[in-house]
Amino acid sequence: MKKQTKKETPLSIEPRPQNPIESLIRMERLPHMWCPGCGIGISMGAFARAVLESGIDQNLLSVVSGIGCTGRVAGYLRLDSFHTTHGRAIPFATGLKLANPKLKVVVYSGDGDLTSIGGNHLIHAARRNVDLTVILVNNLNYGMTGGQFGPTTPHEAFGTTAPYGNYEYPLNLPYLMDVCGANYVARWTVYHVRQLTRAMVEAMNKDGLSFIEVISPCPELYLRRNRLGDALQEMVYLKENSRIQNGAETRSVAIEQKRQEIIVGKFVDRERPGYIQAMDEHLGKAMGARYQRPSFWEK
Amino acid sequence: MPAKGPRGKVHTVADRCKGCGFCIEFCPLKALRASGTMNRGGFHFPEIVTPDKCSGCNMCGMVCPDFAIWSEKLISEKDESES
Ligand SMILES: Cc1ncc(C[n+]2csc(CCOP(=O)(O)OP(=O)(O)O)c2C)c(N)n1
Ligand code: SF4
Ligand code: SF4
Ligand code: SF4
Ligand SMILES: [Mg+2]
Repeated sequence: MKKQTKKETPLSIEPRPQNPIESLIRMERLPHMWCPGCGIGISMGAFARAVLESGIDQNLLSVVSGIGCTGRVAGYLRLDSFHTTHGRAIPFATGLKLANPKLKVVVYSGDGDLTSIGGNHLIHAARRNVDLTVILVNNLNYGMTGGQFGPTTPHEAFGTTAPYGNYEYPLNLPYLMDVCGANYVARWTVYHVRQLTRAMVEAMNKDGLSFIEVISPCPELYLRRNRLGDALQEMVYLKENSRIQNGAETRSVAIEQKRQEIIVGKFVDRERPGYIQAMDEHLGKAMGARYQRPSFWEK
Repeated sequence: MPAKGPRGKVHTVADRCKGCGFCIEFCPLKALRASGTMNRGGFHFPEIVTPDKCSGCNMCGMVCPDFAIWSEKLISEKDESES
């Protein structure tokens, strides 16, 4: 018989301490695919804390993403989440909300997904003030496909498809959402993680369309190609070059240059009727007693 | 007399860390540093240098993109005796 070797097996293993947000994350899928220093993970942590802090019923919360590095958020959240096709998160989310208005529906996706291929949906969701929260992670390029320039890439920044620099000018997203009619418009960077979390709670409590632009470093592609330093340098840059200006005129908050001051804050917070309320009010008036909400809504 | 003691406790899961350094940079009390050893991925994960300083503010946890560090608030003996 072999003699007993070395240590005895401990009778009990001390449980590993748990990060409080782990209840909202599919821990079995970690480590996640995001590069070291990528800001998307910070935004997702903020979202998880916002869900916990808001006390929102997680059984009635649904997250919809499109395609891209940011789109992967849907797969990492332990919530009813959907990873839709490229650009189509908003139409999918709109259908979900209208099929079951009791749901709180959050669209979580990238700048390319939501403003380029999906740009028309974003415009009309804001115009209709559809009852959705849209969290747009703006890393100033298409991350997942290798750093192409898109509608948010600053003028003269480099991308794989802009080897001599981008001669186009980018969209000013808060301004766009404001003029289209969204009820709530804010911008924070991932450095402003406390304010970002608070904004997410506020946005999820609003009727109508609430929109948060999250400025986030893409160190692997955008920062490297533009020689803007590493992720940590970018975070320090965001800290030092952002100015909080709540209620700022959205037309004045464009991010057009590679290096410029970034205005952050809550820009719009108003109470236009959301899509569902507008439908109820108008059809109730126009059709009188004949107006009935879909039977499957009341459960 | 009870010593003042730390107001927070930091937890880390070293193997989740990707070494970005955000937690170390943005800790308001500069209580963290990069460890001399590497984790499974070859990254220098953070370690706490001055546990007594930690306030439990969780700034490190909030800026970590990889959910590898977070803190909890400790109720100090002082707080309890005062309440
Ligand atoms: C119909 C279609 N066209 C193109 C693609 C390729 N594609 C995948 S992700 C992506 C862009 C993603 O950019 P963004 O939304 O900014 O997300 P990021 O990766 O930067 O987070 C593109 C063009 C695709 N998957 N489907
Ligand atoms: S490519 Fe950019 S956006 Fe995508 S995970 Fe890497 S750093 Fe993040
Ligand atoms: S909890 Fe606050 S004080 Fe403690 S290590 Fe983290 S950032 Fe520093
Ligand atoms: S912030 Fe997270 S990933 Fe970055 S060094 Fe600290 S523990 Fe590691
Ligand atoms: Mg992008």
